Amino acid sequence: MKTSWRAFAIGALLTLVATAAHAATLDDVKQRGKLVCGTAPNIPGYAYVDDKGVTRGFDIEFCHALAAAVLGDPSKIETKPLLPRDAFAALQNGGVDILTHRFTWTFAREAGSGMSFVVVYIYDGQGFMVRKSSGVKSVLELNGASICIGQGTTTELNIADYFHSHNMTYQLVSFADLDEARRAYESGRCDAWSNDRGSLAARGSVLQNRNDHVILPETISKEPIAPMVRKNDPAWEDIARWTFFALIDAEEDGITQANVDDLKKNSPNPEVKRILGVTDEMGGKLGLSNDWAYNAIKAVGNYGEIYDRYIGKEGLGLDRGPNRLWKDGGLLYAPPFR
Amino acid sequence: MAALLSLAAVNVSGNLERLGAASGFGFLWHRAGFAIEQHLIPYSEDSTYFRAFVVAVLNTLVLAVVALVIATVIGFCVGLGRRSSNGLVHGVATAYVETLRNIPLLLQLFFWYFAMLRPLPAPRQSISLFGIAFLSNRGLVLPAPVAEPGFGSVLLALGIGVLLALIVTRSLAQRRARTGSAPKAWPLALALVLGLPLLTAIATAFPLHWEIPHLQGFNFQGGMTVLPEFVAMALALSLYSASYVAEIVRAGLDAVPRGQIEAARALGLKSGTISAKITIPQALRVIVPPLGNEYLRLLRNTTLAAAIAYSDLTQVFGGTVLNQTAQALEVMAMVAGTYLVINAAVSALLNWYNRRVAWVQR
Repeated sequence: MKTSWRAFAIGALLTLVATAAHAATLDDVKQRGKLVCGTAPNIPGYAYVDDKGVTRGFDIEFCHALAAAVLGDPSKIETKPLLPRDAFAALQNGGVDILTHRFTWTFAREAGSGMSFVVVYIYDGQGFMVRKSSGVKSVLELNGASICIGQGTTTELNIADYFHSHNMTYQLVSFADLDEARRAYESGRCDAWSNDRGSLAARGSVLQNRNDHVILPETISKEPIAPMVRKNDPAWEDIARWTFFALIDAEEDGITQANVDDLKKNSPNPEVKRILGVTDEMGGKLGLSNDWAYNAIKAVGNYGEIYDRYIGKEGLGLDRGPNRLWKDGGLLYAPPFR
Repeated sequence: MAALLSLAAVNVSGNLERLGAASGFGFLWHRAGFAIEQHLIPYSEDSTYFRAFVVAVLNTLVLAVVALVIATVIGFCVGLGRRSSNGLVHGVATAYVETLRNIPLLLQLFFWYFAMLRPLPAPRQSISLFGIAFLSNRGLVLPAPVAEPGFGSVLLALGIGVLLALIVTRSLAQRRARTGSAPKAWPLALALVLGLPLLTAIATAFPLHWEIPHLQGFNFQGGMTVLPEFVAMALALSLYSASYVAEIVRAGLDAVPRGQIEAARALGLKSGTISAKITIPQALRVIVPPLGNEYLRLLRNTTLAAAIAYSDLTQVFGGTVLNQTAQALEVMAMVAGTYLVINAAVSALLNWYNRRVAWVQR
């Protein structure tokens, strides 16, 4: 009995040691033969299980793109649905290679946390949904209201700051599961339901009588949503960052899933040639093959195609808003491939 | 073993350093910045993380104590019902136990929460109880006692009363042991406990008034609120645990040999005396150890609170604070450590009580 306990203790310690240094994520992923992505548990449009049992969505497409870039095969992914409160620990201890979750880039989550944000892939902002019957037209009329939210997010702090600065009181009812927050709001527990506007639209699509509810005009916060990686592996961070940049630059240069093969053979555009690995051998500098970005675009299309498929006109029907390219008046601006 | 532990500690801190993660408990003194709806001590967004921790621990404890008391009372009643010769009582008690202990607690929690929220009206249409308390889907709003200057002396008088009552009871018990006769202690003790604070209150012109809640804007202002999350948690936890307590009680009573009770009847003892002197003391020996386990289980089950937004230790600290500070190791160590301390304390208390009621071998 005593020996087996000691064996267990040593085993546990070895596990601690084993999960210690994850400096070479690229090698781990290649050796494992698949990429492990931490994702939001269930949110329409971004990360959800479709009626055939396949996990899909905007966030998942980025996981596919990275797998295609690193392993040459977009299907070699494993998605781990994580509650917001569990996700950081999973990344820190090496349980996932990247969080393609819906986390807002903030100071405290980056400085001193051992984690880095890769690149903003959705510009969102916090909004409020209320019942039309309440007659509320503005967040400023919510003084004293009960607000249902999902905890472990920036939502709580944004509300605290906003209501405090406008000298209003409020009552927070915060749920571990974001869908329970919606359900409680629907049951009348709260006057308002708050989340990122994209999430309100996504999760709101399953409200029983969506037309009885309205999203208020104010956006009370900036929510730059970005994937996260461990800080101790800058090489891996570069791979993730430039894979996502490639998807954005692809849209700017007119590379789509449909024409990528054609452009690879025939495009005269020097940047297209560099992105698709025809010239300059950029992939090698990341420790990848030269057709890494080609593989990613071939697998999921460019940023605009991904957006349209899940969030835009073919998906949730949301306007692209600030998530348009900079040259179309949006905020998406990827550095040049040069 | 100590060497292994310190090796683990060094390893963990080394790993954190490699990750570039900040460590230590300095964050406890930073501003928390988020609100907690149910707080038994003053708390605001400007309070520290440590204060949030204390608020959360108190919320866990108050929930556990309330659920524990209700579970015990219901459990004993149902346990007795299971042994009843009345078919209806026996049937209801059996149905209760078999239903509640065979449905996962989390489901019961959601059931009570949403089953309670749905039929309750919005604050403006709330059900008024004599115009001083109001029931709506925001909870039960009650008048709150507000202390005025002088209330402290009433509390002090209560304390002195309790102390004097204890001394009187003890000395009378000693006199009875010595001489074989002494006056009953309880009338005097009761007079001391109730009378002293009452006299002080009259002298200080009742330094307490009640704040009546009133509807303003979206919600009630003033008074104190029992949140629906708390009620749902307390209901679900206590009803679930009661089904186990009932079986423990039944087992304890069944463990007393029927022959003893028949013998006692044959000797002409009254049924009350049989219960007090024969059945219950022996049943307690069987009941107390598993009952202790059930209490500890109930305590641990309070961690399900995060599912329905009740601000317990796990929800506030293991959820919000962990996410804001990203100091997973420190926060989880504090949460786990706190549960360990609370459970170990309850366990020690139950062991002490168990030794008191246990069979004394001579």
